[in-house]
Amino acid sequence: MSDAVIKCESVYKIFGENAEKMLQEANGNVDAKTFQENGCIVGVNNASFEVAKGEMLVVMGLSGSGKSTLLRCISRLTDATGGKIFIEGQDLLDLNNKELIDLRRNKMGMVFQSFALLPHKTVVENIAFPLQIKGINTDDSISKAMDMVKLVGLDGRENYFPRELSGGQQQRVGIARSLAVEPDIWFLDEPFSALDPLIRKEMQDEFLRLQDKLQKTIMFITHDFDEALKLADRIAIMKDGIIEQLDTPAKIVLNPATEYVRKFTEEVPREKVLLIEDVMDQSTSNNLGDLRVSKDEIIENVAEKILTQEKTVGVIDNNNKVIGSINPTKIINTVFGGRKNGN
Amino acid sequence: MEFLKKNPKIFQWLFLLIVFFALCFAIEVPETYKFIRGQAEFIKDPNQSTFVFAGKEVRYYAFDVFWRLPPLLGWLPIWINDTLFFLMNDWMPMEFWNEDTQEFKTRPLLLQISRNLTGFMTFIIELIREILLGGLETIVAFTSWDFIDANPWAELPGLPWTIVAAGATILSYKLSGKGLAIFAGLTMVYISIFGQWKPSMQTLSFILVAAPLSFIFGLGLGISAFKSKRVEKVLYPILLVMQTMPQYAVLVPALVLFGVGDHAAVIITMIVAIPPMILLTLLGLRAIPPEVIEAGRMSGCNNWQLMFKVLIPTARRDILIGVNQVIMVCFSMAVISAFIGAKGLGFNLLLALNQLNIGLALEAGLCISLIAILLDKMSLAWANKQTDYFGNLTFFERNKNAIFFVGAFAIGIILAYIGTFLFKGTFNYLFEIPHNKGISTADFWNKGVDWIFETFFVYIKAFNTWLIQEVLQPMRALYLRMPAVATIVLVVGAGYLIGGIRSALVVCGLTLFIALSPWWDRALVTTYMATFGVIVSCLIGFTVGTLCFQSKSAAKFMLGVCDIFQTFPSFVYLIPVMMLFGITDTSVLIAVIVYATIPATRYTIEGLRSVPIGLHEAATMSGVNKFQRLTKIEFPLAFPHIMLGLNQTIVFALFMVIIGAFIGTEDLGQYILKALSDKNGAGIGLTLGICVAFIGLIFDNLIRTWVGKRKKHLGIA
Repeated sequence: MSDAVIKCESVYKIFGENAEKMLQEANGNVDAKTFQENGCIVGVNNASFEVAKGEMLVVMGLSGSGKSTLLRCISRLTDATGGKIFIEGQDLLDLNNKELIDLRRNKMGMVFQSFALLPHKTVVENIAFPLQIKGINTDDSISKAMDMVKLVGLDGRENYFPRELSGGQQQRVGIARSLAVEPDIWFLDEPFSALDPLIRKEMQDEFLRLQDKLQKTIMFITHDFDEALKLADRIAIMKDGIIEQLDTPAKIVLNPATEYVRKFTEEVPREKVLLIEDVMDQSTSNNLGDLRVSKDEIIENVAEKILTQEKTVGVIDNNNKVIGSINPTKIINTVFGGRKNGN
Repeated sequence: MEFLKKNPKIFQWLFLLIVFFALCFAIEVPETYKFIRGQAEFIKDPNQSTFVFAGKEVRYYAFDVFWRLPPLLGWLPIWINDTLFFLMNDWMPMEFWNEDTQEFKTRPLLLQISRNLTGFMTFIIELIREILLGGLETIVAFTSWDFIDANPWAELPGLPWTIVAAGATILSYKLSGKGLAIFAGLTMVYISIFGQWKPSMQTLSFILVAAPLSFIFGLGLGISAFKSKRVEKVLYPILLVMQTMPQYAVLVPALVLFGVGDHAAVIITMIVAIPPMILLTLLGLRAIPPEVIEAGRMSGCNNWQLMFKVLIPTARRDILIGVNQVIMVCFSMAVISAFIGAKGLGFNLLLALNQLNIGLALEAGLCISLIAILLDKMSLAWANKQTDYFGNLTFFERNKNAIFFVGAFAIGIILAYIGTFLFKGTFNYLFEIPHNKGISTADFWNKGVDWIFETFFVYIKAFNTWLIQEVLQPMRALYLRMPAVATIVLVVGAGYLIGGIRSALVVCGLTLFIALSPWWDRALVTTYMATFGVIVSCLIGFTVGTLCFQSKSAAKFMLGVCDIFQTFPSFVYLIPVMMLFGITDTSVLIAVIVYATIPATRYTIEGLRSVPIGLHEAATMSGVNKFQRLTKIEFPLAFPHIMLGLNQTIVFALFMVIIGAFIGTEDLGQYILKALSDKNGAGIGLTLGICVAFIGLIFDNLIRTWVGKRKKHLGIA
C-alpha cells in the first residue's frame, strides 16, 4: 500500500540474551511461556499493521501488554528483534545512525507519559530544543518556539521552569516540543495518563482540536479504553505482546474478536460510540418519514429525534442521498438491548 | 532463652562476642612484647628475628603468632620503592630532543613524560600567577633568559589588587546578584588589607588550574564509566580506595614521580579530587529517568548532543555537588601540598602553626576558607545561570558588566599610578600590599590565646589530664591488648553476620593486609582515635540533628552551617584546638570530633526529613505524641540513611586523625609524615595510605551491606 506511512510486518521484540537465536528457532511460532522458561521475555509478538497518512491509530492495552515496547520499536528507541518496519516506504531497521537522526529531526515527534522535560530549561527553551539540535539559530528557534507556546495556550508562561508548572501545563510543553519541528509522524506514549480526570478530558479535547488542524499521522498509546474510543480512527488492543484486535471503535464494540476484548466493551455506552451508519439497515424502504439523519452522526446525538418518529427514518450521506434507513426500535435495541446478549 | 530463640541474630552476635573475649583472654600478652615506638622494620632489637621472604629480609618480633601476625608484607613498601625507581630511572630509555643543549639525550620514558607533564603544568600555573602578580617566567618560556637581560622592560606587570577585587565583584554580580557581589568584594578587600594578597593569589593560581582540570577529567571518566560497564568495573575499586585514602599518603609517591613544587601539587590534587567527581557524575547520570533520555533521542540528538545537552544538564544537581567537592578538596590540598613545596596560603599556614603563631595561622586559614566559599558559590551560580531571550536591552544594558570592568580596570591603573607618588619610598599600597605589611590582628589573637591559656590554664589542664589519663590511655591500652587473631575473628564474624560469606571474605582480606603489614600496632592506635572521635561525633551529631529537625527553620539553618563548615579546608580545624589544648592528643581528637560531626549532623537531619509525609499523618492519626512518633516511626525509617552518615563520619574522622599527625600522634599518620622526608618514603607512604584506606573500607563494607539489606527490608531501596 503506497499511502501507508507506518507499516509493520511481523514485528517481534524479545528481551533476553539469546533472544535472536530463540526467535529463529521458534520459526514464527512464539510462545511466551516457553520463552520465559528459557530466560527471555516476549515484549511484542508478531505485530503487523499499517497506519495511513493522517490516521490516528490508538494502541490500547494494560500495563505489561507491550504497547510501549511496540511504540519504541517503531520509533527505534529499541531495535526490534525480528520483522520489518517501514516508515514512508523506507526500511527503518536499515537506516544507519545518521539517517535515523535525520528522520527523527524532521519527521518524528514524541510525547511521553512523565513529560520528560529538561529540568534546566524554561518552557520556551524546552520547546526550542529540537530546533536547536537541528542547528537552527537561537533567534529563529525561539521565535518558532513562541508560536508553539501560543498554539498550546501557554503564552505568558514561556519563561517558567517545568517544575513551576502543573502536570497539564507540563504536558502542553511536551506536546509543543514534539510538534516544534513540524513532524509528519506523531508518537504519544500515554500522554494523559499522569493527569487528573478533569484535566485529562480538557487535554483530550485540546488534542482533538490540534489534530483537526494539523492532520498528523499518529500512534497513540493508552491504557484507558474510553480514551481510545474517544480519540481513535482505529484501535489496536494488545495483550501479552499480541495484537488481539485491530479495528474501528464501532466495529470493536459491535464485534469483539476475543473474550478479552469483549470484557472491555461490556461497560461501554454504545450510543456514544456507534454511528448511525453502524446500525442502519442497508435497504431503503419506500415507507420513510420526513426526518433525515446523516450517516456520520453519533447515535446519542440523534436518538431523541428518531425516537419521537413513528415511521422509519432515512439515513443520508454527505451528498444528501438516502443510503439506508433506521427505525426507532433499532435504536432502543442498540442502546438498551445489545449490552446483555453481547449483540 | 525464649528471647534468644525469637531473635537468632542477637544470639549469633552474642556468640561472636563471647568467642572474641575468650580469645582475648586465652591469648596472653607475650613477655617480650612492647609497643614499638620506632620504625618496626629498621630497628635493631635483641627481640627481633629475621627470615627471608620473596628475596627480601623481613625482621619481626618473635611473638606468639596469635598475638601479632609476622609482617609478611614488610617487603611491599621496599618493592614499591624499587619498582618506582626502576620505572623512573631505567625503564625504556629513549632518545629525546633537548631544547637547551640542542642535542638528543637518552632518558627513561616515564621520566620524560613526567618532565613534560610538569613543565606544562608549571607553565599554566605561572601564566595565571603572573597575570595576577607579575613576573618573568611566562616571557622566558617563549624567549630566553638572555632576552630578558637584554630587554629590561619585558616583564608581566601584574594586576593591581584593586582591579582583581573589582573584577571578582563584577563577575559575582553578573553571576548571582548583589549578595554574592558584596561578599566577593569584602573577601578581596580583607585579603588585601590583611597583607595576604600574594600568598592568596599564589594559592588561587594553583586552584584555578587544579579545579578545572579535576572537573574535566572527573566528568570525562564519569561519562566513560557510565557508557561502558568495563571501564566502571576497572575504576570502581580504585575509586573506593582513593575515597578513603588519606591525602597525605598520596604526597610521597607523587614526590618521586613529579618532584617538588606547585606542579606536583596540582597533579596530587587532581589525583585526590577526581575520584569524588567521577562517583558523583556517575550517580547523577544513573538517576536520569529513561524517558528524558528517550525524549533527547527523539529530538534527534546525536550521541554528543545527547550527552552535553540532555544528560549532563539533567544530572546537574549531582555534578554540582561534585564540583563543590572538587573545590573543597583543592583547598584542603592547597594546605597539605605545602609539604611538597606548593607556595601560597597553605605554606604560610603551616609555617604559622609550626611557630605556634595562632593569630597568623587564623588569618591565613580565614583567607583560605573565604576564597573557598567564594569560588564554591560562584561555580554554583554559574551553573544555575539563566538567559533572558526577550529582554529588549540597549547596548549599555547588555554589556554593562564588561563596561564596568573596563572602567574599574582604568581606575585601578590610575590609582596604582597615583600610588607611586603617594607612597614614595614605601610600598605602593594601591598596587599590592606586601605580605605581612597589611593590618594584622595576629597579636590580638595571640594575646587572647595567651589570656585564655593563663586564665583557664588550671581547668584546661585538669580537663586535658583527666581525658588523657582516665579515658584515652585506658582506651588505647584496651585496643592494643587485642590479639591480632581475636580482632580478625571479630571483624570477619561481623562481616559474615551482616553480609554473608562474600562480605566476610572481603573484610577478611582487608584486615589481613593490615595485620600482615609491619604497622598493626599503629593501625590499632589510629583505629582507637578514630573510634573515640566517631562515638563522640555521632552522639553530638545525632542529638543536634534530632533537635534541629523539630523545627523547619532550625534544620535549614543547621544544614547551611554544615555546608559552610564543610567548605573549610581540614587543616583549618587544627588552629582553634591548638589555641586551647596545645600539642596533645586532646587537640587532635577535638579537631576530629568537630570535623566528623558535620556529616553525622547532616545525615541525621536528611534521614529524618526523608520520612514520607504520609507516614507522619498516619502516625498522627493513630494518636502518637511527638516523642512516640520520633522513636516509633521516624528513627526506624531514617536509620539506614543515618548509618550512611556514620560511614561518612568514619571517613572524615580517619582523615582528621591522619592530619593530626602534624600535631604529633603515635599512629599511622606519624609514619606517613615521616615518610615525606625519607629517601625510601614512597613505598612506605603508599602502603600506610592503603592501610588507612582499608580501615575505612572495612567499616564502609559492613555499613553499606547492612544499609542495603535494611533498606530492602523496609522497602525504601
